[in-house]
Amino acid sequence: MSKRSRGYLERTLDALLEVMDRAGEAERRAADRGLLQRLDPRVKVVGALALILAVALARNLATLIALLLFAIAGVAVARLPFRLLATRLWIGTLALTGVIAFPALFTTPGDAWFRLPVLGWTATAQGGTSAAYLLLRVVTAATLAFLLVFTTPWTHVLKALRVFRVPAVAVVVLGMTWRYILLLLQTAHRMFEARRSRAVGPLPGRERRRVTAAAGGVLLDRSVRLSQDVYLAMQSRGFRGEVHVADEFRMRASDWAALGAFAGLTTLFVWMGWR
Amino acid sequence: MHIPDGYLSPVTSAVLYAGAAPFWYAALRQVRRALHTRLVPLLSLFAAFSFVVMMFNIPLPGGTTGHATGVALATVVLGPWASVLAISVALAIQAFFFGDGGITTLGANCFNMAVAGSLAAWAVYRAAAAGSALASPRRAMAAGLAGYVAVNVAALLTAIEFGLQPMFFVDASGAPLYAPYPLRIAVPAMMLGHLTVAGFAELAVSAGVVAFLQRSDPSLLQAGAGRRELPASGGARGAGSLRPLWAALGVLMVLAPLGILAAGTAWGEWAAEDFADPAARQEIASASMGHQPPASAPSGLERLSSVWTAPWPDYAPGFVRSAGFGYLLSSVVGVGLVILVFLAFDRLARLWRGAGGTAG
Repeated sequence: MSKRSRGYLERTLDALLEVMDRAGEAERRAADRGLLQRLDPRVKVVGALALILAVALARNLATLIALLLFAIAGVAVARLPFRLLATRLWIGTLALTGVIAFPALFTTPGDAWFRLPVLGWTATAQGGTSAAYLLLRVVTAATLAFLLVFTTPWTHVLKALRVFRVPAVAVVVLGMTWRYILLLLQTAHRMFEARRSRAVGPLPGRERRRVTAAAGGVLLDRSVRLSQDVYLAMQSRGFRGEVHVADEFRMRASDWAALGAFAGLTTLFVWMGWR
Repeated sequence: MHIPDGYLSPVTSAVLYAGAAPFWYAALRQVRRALHTRLVPLLSLFAAFSFVVMMFNIPLPGGTTGHATGVALATVVLGPWASVLAISVALAIQAFFFGDGGITTLGANCFNMAVAGSLAAWAVYRAAAAGSALASPRRAMAAGLAGYVAVNVAALLTAIEFGLQPMFFVDASGAPLYAPYPLRIAVPAMMLGHLTVAGFAELAVSAGVVAFLQRSDPSLLQAGAGRRELPASGGARGAGSLRPLWAALGVLMVLAPLGILAAGTAWGEWAAEDFADPAARQEIASASMGHQPPASAPSGLERLSSVWTAPWPDYAPGFVRSAGFGYLLSSVVGVGLVILVFLAFDRLARLWRGAGGTAG
């Protein structure tokens, strides 16, 4: 088998495996017994979204750094390993946004900061500040979202969205989509694995595209058939088109205290960010 | 193309949530009517499918690989409205659970990819595949072209949103607060990758999967061809259910006079005589970061400014005294003209399909 054709099939397999792995890891971590895991999911969703909004609103670097430190403290309180945060989130996010932000050092007009030795490009202070804004915002918002997903089971996150008046039908569709994503990921993974096990020679480019398109076509066909099966199963259980979401959450004193703390901190960060 | 949190200002994010909302509402109305109780399982499975397809590595000529969004495929199989919802759901799950695309920017991502992408894919697919048989190679190519155009439309919108950030959102020192590149950098940088790689990945997946379905299960392509209402919304039309879109358009038209609240004239929209007027020269200089305009109007501008005279110069017909009312009237007439042009195109397309479309 040629290196190129192996690479292409394996890259798809890796991507599929990584998504499944990440989903499983998030579910396992959400079941841990850290302080944040015990809070009411609605409080966590409201708190995380409010803080992410504060990140978007901040107009100075000090506030963004304070928000990042707060998010990192949250990771420690939730007893999530920092290795997980670094490997799952920071390395990828910093690399991607770093590549995007770096040229801004030289393209943003402003006061000269330093000169690149060989190329002679002049970096500006405003360019540096702008790159720092972008990196800090992206990393902080992603860390807060990570904190929410890794401390709350996905079904609870979705149900908690009802706080924002998200229609019940959207919550049900999101929940069902999540469940079938895992199933279709497994199906796709098996298809590519089976194809790889039968590939003995180098696949020309055209053939590789044909294999991918066929995998997509089969998956689409299966999705539509599966939706019909699921529909029949739902009907047999009495489904008549109306969807309901059970409200199973109960606010305790600690949840109210956490909600108050999130509200106070968000107000503080927004105020700091606007100064 | 998935915009993460931090790249767009909260104002831009809110505007794009507001821009996507009427389409979500209209799509939900259309799809609910077409699918009835099958809405939940079909949408869920299709959103899950779109999500998984986005993970595929698409081999491209030249040895590179790319990823597809699946937007044209969803549009071809489900119709544009169900595609808007399915892709939005897939994007929401990516944003919430995989950190792929932000939460504050979810409205922008849905507007660019799910809404604009689906509608662009639908327009191109319908135009390019009009009248062809379900199994015709033209239909597969039309799906590929729809994918290519849809991804590039979404990329262009993303680039414009990025490019607008440094124009409006900078801190006290002048450093851009969000995406730092102006339009002249953001648009070419974004479009280069999409016109050459991502667009072709989308083309390959869309055309390849449609060609596969033509051989294995052509019935799945019927809805996109407008021959069956289920599972798509292709046949479900009705002016009543498009009411939110008309309402949003109406609100935007009424808001048009807000333009006169903006200080001075729009940057770059100067008339030749403005270069001779000291007050206008001052305005141009302050809007151009202190750069003084040339002493006299550029000769090209002077020459070309007399080529075309608008019937309503400066958006205010001569008989209207109030600038606000002039703006409103201009926006109503402008929108009316655009709608008339599209109705005329639609009518022509129907006549053409009626004459030659019986073959398929």
